[in-house]
Amino acid sequence: MNASSSTVIARPRRPAVPRSRTRLALAAIVVIAFALLPLGLKSYGTYLCSLFCVYLMATFGLNLTIGYAGQMSLGQAAFLGIGAYIAAIGMKAGLPFFAMLPLAALACFAIGLALGFPALRVQHHYLAFATLGFNVLVFLVLRNEEAITGGTFGIRGIPRPSLFGLSLERDLPYFWFTLASTLLLIALLGWLLRSPWGRAFAALRDNPIRAESLGVNITAYTLLAFAIGACCAGIAGAYFASLVGFIDPAPFNFTASLLMLLGVIVGGAGRFLGPVVGTVIIVLLPEWLRFMQNWYLAAFGVAVIALMVWLPGGLLSLPERLASRRIGALP
Amino acid sequence: MGDFVQLVVSGIAAGTIYGVAALGFTLLWQASGTINFAQGEFVMLPAFAMLLFLGIGAPLWLAFFAACIVSMLLLGVAFKRIIVDPLLRHGVIPLVIATLGLSVFVKQGIKAGVGALAYPFPSAFPAGQFAIAGIEVSYADLGTLLLAGGIVIALQLFLDRTMTGRAMQACAQNTEAARVLGIDVRRMTLYVFLINGALAAVAALLIAPSYLVKFDMGETIGLKAFFAAIIGGFNQTRGALLGGVLIGVLENLVGFYVSPAYKEGVALVVFLLVILLRPEGLLGKAEERKV
Amino acid sequence: MTALLTVRDLRKHYGAIRAVDGVSFDVAPGEIVGVIGPNGSGKTTLFNSILGQIRPSDGRVEFQGDDITGMTPLDLARRGVGRTFQTLQVFHGLSVRDNLIAAGQELCGSMPRRLFAPPDAGLGEHADHLIERFRLTHVAHLPAGSLSYGQQKLVDIAMAFMPAPRLVMLDEPCAGVNPSLVDELRELLLAMNREQGGSFVVVEHNMDFIMRLCARVICMVEGRVLAEGAPAQVQANRDVLDAYLGH
Repeated sequence: MNASSSTVIARPRRPAVPRSRTRLALAAIVVIAFALLPLGLKSYGTYLCSLFCVYLMATFGLNLTIGYAGQMSLGQAAFLGIGAYIAAIGMKAGLPFFAMLPLAALACFAIGLALGFPALRVQHHYLAFATLGFNVLVFLVLRNEEAITGGTFGIRGIPRPSLFGLSLERDLPYFWFTLASTLLLIALLGWLLRSPWGRAFAALRDNPIRAESLGVNITAYTLLAFAIGACCAGIAGAYFASLVGFIDPAPFNFTASLLMLLGVIVGGAGRFLGPVVGTVIIVLLPEWLRFMQNWYLAAFGVAVIALMVWLPGGLLSLPERLASRRIGALP
Repeated sequence: MGDFVQLVVSGIAAGTIYGVAALGFTLLWQASGTINFAQGEFVMLPAFAMLLFLGIGAPLWLAFFAACIVSMLLLGVAFKRIIVDPLLRHGVIPLVIATLGLSVFVKQGIKAGVGALAYPFPSAFPAGQFAIAGIEVSYADLGTLLLAGGIVIALQLFLDRTMTGRAMQACAQNTEAARVLGIDVRRMTLYVFLINGALAAVAALLIAPSYLVKFDMGETIGLKAFFAAIIGGFNQTRGALLGGVLIGVLENLVGFYVSPAYKEGVALVVFLLVILLRPEGLLGKAEERKV
Repeated sequence: MTALLTVRDLRKHYGAIRAVDGVSFDVAPGEIVGVIGPNGSGKTTLFNSILGQIRPSDGRVEFQGDDITGMTPLDLARRGVGRTFQTLQVFHGLSVRDNLIAAGQELCGSMPRRLFAPPDAGLGEHADHLIERFRLTHVAHLPAGSLSYGQQKLVDIAMAFMPAPRLVMLDEPCAGVNPSLVDELRELLLAMNREQGGSFVVVEHNMDFIMRLCARVICMVEGRVLAEGAPAQVQANRDVLDAYLGH
C-alpha cells in the first residue's frame, strides 16, 4: 500500500487522545453545559440531544474502524439497526434493557468480526462495496422478515429502562442516562486507543506490510477493528430503540451509513474528537437549518467534495493546517 | 422449462443494462484510477434530462441524443475537470469520498429541486411480445439486449481494433510508457470520461421505463454496476458484461424460484463469494501483492 | 557451529523469467553477510522469497534448523527475523517514539495482555535508548511522516532492531542517505551487532559500505550466486567486475 492512498486518514501530531489538564477541564465544561442544555429545551430538543448521543456512540466506533485502523465501512447503520431490533424484540418480549444491551453489543461484535473477513482479502473501495452490500442485505431482512421485525410496520411501544428503581421513562432522565453511557463508551474507546492496541491499529492503517513484518497480527487487528466499531453501533442501537420507542427499517438504510462515514471524515477521521464535529453536522445542524430542507444534504455533498480538495484531513485538521501555513510563510 | 428460459432471457436483457453501467465504471478505473461511487446518480441524471427534453416536445430519439451530449459534458468533462483532476494526486480514497459526496449532492439536489415523485418513462421499444419455439420474448427485452449488447461489443471492438482504442488501453495499463510512446494521455483519459457519460445515458434510456425516473433510482443501478464490474473482473472490460448478465439472470431466477423479497440481495451474495474465492474477478488476472 | 540461516537452492520464477535461480548460502550466528549485484540481479526477490513476502517456486530456507520456507512474515517476525524494505516503510501518522514501540510491542506478551499493558507497553525506555543511539532524540515526538528522508530511513532501520531480532535482513540501508551519514550508519550497525549479537544480511549498492561492514560478501548476477567470499576476494574477482561493467 502506498502512503498517499490514505491521505484522508489523519496524521495526528499529538498522542491519539488529548491528555493535558486544560483540555480535560475544557471538555468537562462543554459536557456539563451540554448536560444542562435540555433544561431550557422543549421535549423535541431533549430528544435531539439524546439522538445526538446515540449517533456519537456509533460514529466513535466508526472512527476506530476507519480513522484509526484504516479500514472502510459503509455498513455502520446496519449495525445500529441490528442492535436496535435485538433490543426492541427482547424488550417487547419482557426482557430487561440491561439484558438486551450486552446481547446487542455481542451480536454486533460477532457479525462485525464476520464482516471483517472480506477485508482480509480486499482493501479500500472493495471493502466499501462489501460493507455497503451488507447494509442492503440487512435492510432487506429487516423489511421482509415481518414475523420477527414487523416489516415496514416496524415495532411499536418499545419501553425505556429503569435504573436502580429510578424510571428513565421521561425524556430528561433518559437523556442523562444516554449521555452518561455515551461518555463511558467514549472513555473506554479512549483508553483502548491509548493502549498498545491503539498503536497496533495505527500501524495497520499506515503500513500493513511493514506492520506484519514486525509481528503485528494484521488479521486479528483488522477483524477486531470491524468488530469493535460494529459493537459500538450495536450499543447505540439499543439506546436508539428505547429513545424513539418505535423502530422501522428506514433509519438503517445505507444512506444513513453513508452519512455517518462522511460525517466522521468531515470531522476528521483518526482524530479522537472528529466524530463529535461530524455528528453535529449530520444530526444537529440539519435540524437548525430546517428551512433549507433537502438542500441541506445537497450542500453537505458539495461540502464533502470541497473538503476533499482543500482539507482532506477534515475540519479538525484546520488549526494545524493554518499553523503550518503560517510557519511556511516565514522566511 | 418455459418459465426458466423466459426468466433467463429477460435476466440477460436486464443484465446487459447493468453491464453498460459497469463498463463505464471499469473504464474510469482503468484509465484514471477513479472509483466512481456516483455511477448510479450518473444514470439517474440523464434520465431526468431526457424527461425534460421530452417535456418540451422533443421525440424520444432527440431527447436521448440531447441527454447524451449533456451527460458527456456534465458527467464527462465537468466531472473530470472539477473533481477528478484536482483529487487524483491525493490517491484513491479522497476521490472515493468525493464521489460519495457527489452522489449525495446529485441525489439530494434532484430531490430538493425536482421532487421525490417517480415519473413514468416511455420505452424505446414497442410494447408486446412474440413467441419463438414456445418461448415468449418481449420486444423490450429483445431491443434492450440488442442495443446494450451491441454497444458493449462495439466498444470492445473499438478498444481492441482501433488506434485510438488501443492508445486508450495503453494509457490504462501503463501511463508512463504510453506517454513515452507519444500518446496524448490527457486526451485519452478525457475520451474515457466522455464514453462513460454516453454509457450512462444509454443505461438511463434502457432502465428508466422499468425503474421509473426518481431521485433515488441510481442507488440500485449503481450498486449493481459496482458488483457486476467486480464480479466480472475489475481489470477486464469484458468482465463488466459477464458480471452484469450473471447478476441479471440470477436475480430473475432467485426472484421467481426463491423469494422476490431477496432479489436485491443476489448481487451481494455473488459478489461476496467472488471476493472470498477469486478476488481478481471471474475474468480478471491475479496480481501478486506488491511490496 | 550450526548456521543460523540456511538457504538451499532457492528459486523464484515468473513464467520464463528466473528472478532467483537456485541460490544457496549460509549465515552463521553473529555474522554480517553482504549481498551485492547489479540492478535486477534478483537481490530483492531473494529477500522477499526468504522473508515470506512472496512464495518461492522451489528450494528450502531454514532458520535455526527449522524449515521456514513459505512462512508468513508474521511467523518469521515471531521467530526473531527482522527486516527493512528497499523503500521507506515507517508508520507516517505515528511519532518516531511510537514507531519504535509499535515495532517492538507485538512480540511482548499476548494480545489480550497488551490491551491492559501500560500505553508504552513497557518499552518506553528501550525505545528512548534506541532513539538516542540513532540520534533521533530531537524529533522523537514528531510524526515520522514529517521527517526528512534520511531521518525516516534511520527510524526505519531502528525499528528493525527494536525487538532485538536474531537475524536482521536490511534491503539497501544506505539508499537515499546523505553520504556523511553512511559512515555513521555503518558504525551503528557494527555496534548493534556487537551489543545485540544478531546476524545481518545486507543488500547494498554502496561498495565501500559493504566492504567495510561485512565479513563475507555474496555477489548475485541474473538470479544466481556468481561469487562468494571475503570482501576483498569478491571485489577482485574478474567475473564480478565483468558483471558490473556489463560484459
